[in-house]
Amino acid sequence: MIELKGISKKFGDTQAVKQVSFKVAEKETLVLLGTSGCGKTTTLKMINRLIEPDGGQIFINNENITNQDPDVLRKGIGYVMQNIGLFPHYTIAENIALVPKLLKWDKEKIKSRTQELIQKLHLPERTLAMYPHELSGGQQQRVGLARALVTDPSVLLMDEPFGALDNVTRTSIQKEFKALEELKRKTIVMVTHDVQEAFELADRICLMDKGEVVQIGTPKELLYRPINDFARNFLAGKRLALEFKVINIQDIWTYLPEETIHKGESKSANLSIWEAMELLRNNDRPELFVSGADQAIKSINFGQLTKGFNQYQNAQLHE
Amino acid sequence: MNEQQQTLWQFMSGQSDKLLSQTLQHVGLTFISLILAIAIGLPLGILIARKRKLSGTVLGIAGVLQTIPSIALLGFMIPVLGIGAKPAIVALLIYALLPIIRNTYTGIIGIDQHVKEAARAMGMSKGQILLRVELPLAMPVILAGIRTATVINVGVATLASFIAAGGLGEFIFGGISLNNTNMILAGAIPAALLAIILDALLSLVQKMDFKKLRKALYVFPIVILILGGFYALPTAYGSTLTAGFTPEFMGRQDGDLGLKSTYGLKIHTIVISDAVMYKAAFAKELDVISGYSTDGRLKAFDLKILKDDKNIFPPYYAAPIVRDEALKQFPELEKALNLLSGKITDSIMTDLNYRTDYLHQQPERVAKDFLISNGLYKAPKNGHKGTVRIGSKIFGEQYILTEMYSMLIKGNTDYNVATKTGLGGTKICFDALMNDQIDFYPEYTGTGLLVLLQPDPKIAKEIAHDRNKTYDYVSTEFEKKFKIKWLKPIGFNNSYALMMRQKQSKELNVNSITDLKNYLNKN
Ligand SMILES: Nc1ncnc2c1ncn2[C@@H]1O[C@H](COP(=O)(O)OP(=O)(O)O)[C@@H](O)[C@H]1O
Ligand SMILES: [Mg+2]
Repeated sequence: MIELKGISKKFGDTQAVKQVSFKVAEKETLVLLGTSGCGKTTTLKMINRLIEPDGGQIFINNENITNQDPDVLRKGIGYVMQNIGLFPHYTIAENIALVPKLLKWDKEKIKSRTQELIQKLHLPERTLAMYPHELSGGQQQRVGLARALVTDPSVLLMDEPFGALDNVTRTSIQKEFKALEELKRKTIVMVTHDVQEAFELADRICLMDKGEVVQIGTPKELLYRPINDFARNFLAGKRLALEFKVINIQDIWTYLPEETIHKGESKSANLSIWEAMELLRNNDRPELFVSGADQAIKSINFGQLTKGFNQYQNAQLHE
Repeated sequence: MNEQQQTLWQFMSGQSDKLLSQTLQHVGLTFISLILAIAIGLPLGILIARKRKLSGTVLGIAGVLQTIPSIALLGFMIPVLGIGAKPAIVALLIYALLPIIRNTYTGIIGIDQHVKEAARAMGMSKGQILLRVELPLAMPVILAGIRTATVINVGVATLASFIAAGGLGEFIFGGISLNNTNMILAGAIPAALLAIILDALLSLVQKMDFKKLRKALYVFPIVILILGGFYALPTAYGSTLTAGFTPEFMGRQDGDLGLKSTYGLKIHTIVISDAVMYKAAFAKELDVISGYSTDGRLKAFDLKILKDDKNIFPPYYAAPIVRDEALKQFPELEKALNLLSGKITDSIMTDLNYRTDYLHQQPERVAKDFLISNGLYKAPKNGHKGTVRIGSKIFGEQYILTEMYSMLIKGNTDYNVATKTGLGGTKICFDALMNDQIDFYPEYTGTGLLVLLQPDPKIAKEIAHDRNKTYDYVSTEFEKKFKIKWLKPIGFNNSYALMMRQKQSKELNVNSITDLKNYLNKN
């Protein structure tokens, strides 16, 4: 668990962070979202004391971090950097093994853990003996992630971890990332300026502007209960796509056709609208069977899906 | 050409013992000072990379130290560190410092900030970041600095021979003063090869990728240490007194060789430059030195000349030597130059030298004062009948003589004068004269005989004791061989001499070289 209480930081005359407070629950992913220069990185770096705040307090698992030795604190927190920051003079294996070596793990343990991680992160075995500059951007980013995860820290901080990647690579890594079992057990604070990425990965989003918190809430809350014009406008550009991602079949269940009987395979109603559309597009048949909370099965086609979605939208607006 | 190479090869194989020991000393000096420079420069570089405010000051000081001329630096150190290895190593260390500090500094501050931040974020301590991230990443730049420093040191280490620290400079500077090309090359070629080889080796290390570099970094310090070990610090004096002789003196029949053969003098001897020799004697680092009888420092440092009772030092009477061509071109020249003949005795010359070398009066002023008080000075006529070019070797006496001749020519003839002072040693000056770069310069009969003519040793032995025979011989031979004329001698005899501190000479009751030999035999 991470808690920030009234954290502020000034660089000369620039108020980079101003009275920021939030809580991240155990195993929750909080995404700091905002335009460039709004203080996200500064906020993140104060959590592992790369930057010391001017005011306020930070607790990790109810312990004030200023009472801890910074080096010990940092060894217990995974950190993925915006610029990856791999050590150019170390091989990939050595880059990953760095913190375990500092912690004096034995060789066997380091080796088996490294093997486990490169499999999970889909890194070819041969890359272990290579140097960072010999890897593609996507591979480097995976190594950066492996390095942060190797000691299985309970807290993970990530600063625009996919920022340096091209669109295609980014989308596929995001997906893998979301599916990684290992990440589901961690308390994560992640920074991004990309709204879609935030919606894809966040349990909750902390929207920031000019060093201050504008709104904290689930993606759905941000979409449907924006606290002010800034929050509303921030999402406006991608609104429809975001809504498709945030809303799932279960949400629009009542607006879909009557239940049917179907013995074959069916999809969970936790599917987002976006995912349902992707499935329909790639299906050989025009309809999809989904099973709701009460095991009831419904058959939907593209037209029924969009119609149900629109009815749900209308209901939200008039609520 | 072929013959030249033959004899060079013969010289080198004949002197192979000396060559080997000088080369080892040279390598040793270079690397001992390099080790120390790394030991000091690396931490300093790291320090100023941490505290950038200090960087200007530290780099500034190191930069200024590096601009001090090497001879001057060696001179400064004698009162503090004496002569021999210590001051040489310190001087080399000072020259090597700047490239090492600067490259360590730029190497470290040039490292990608994100990499440093990543190291901090991983929980590495400051020391771990330095050893595992900063130094390895800065290493190619640091190695470039070490490479520069090494090459500088190989070069400067030749000057170590000036203060009795050995090295290939003994051959180089000995050869220059003795006009012995083979000797110069025997020192210069190995020194140049050393610089080239070390530079190439270090550039290989520098270009290695991280994988190889890491292995090389284990080997590197060991190699440096071994090379540094070549230089065993000179210890264990063989006699109670220590002599310091110039490289030139060491190699001459009328120098150290004659002292051994004629007097049977056995004294612990080190090789040292003329520039620092007197000071070292004064500072009691040396007891006996090989000086010149008219040197101003004789008076300045209160030294006494030991009588050459067996006449091994040939006469060195000074006289202008002029190209015959120039005498034809400037008919009034000879008369003007001869105005000075017989006018300056040993003691007068010593005093004049004392005024320039020690009281630091301008040679021009000293020359003018002398001419005025002897009624020889005339205001310049500003004539336009051509320009006479005067040369001189680099030392005060020659500067004074040059000034006197310049004033005499301007006041008594219609010629103008161009002076080319500072033509190094005998060889450079004489070559300039032969190649029509100058018209005349003051030379000494002994040098003419033994350095420039180098006659059969039998002839040399026969005439070298007698001032008139020597003068006649060089006059005739120069005319025959070089078409150069010796004008009348100026009067003083600037010959070699052994000297001691006045006080010590009295205490030990040593007044002649024979006395010295007897004293050494007894003790
Ligand atoms: N080390 C620093 N020195 C001075 N100003 C800084 C420093 N780091 C960040 N800032 C300033 O603080 C503000 C917030 O920066 P940052 O936290 O990096 O923003 P973000 O990560 O949201 O783009 C910016 O105006 C930035 O210029
Ligand atoms: Mg940022």
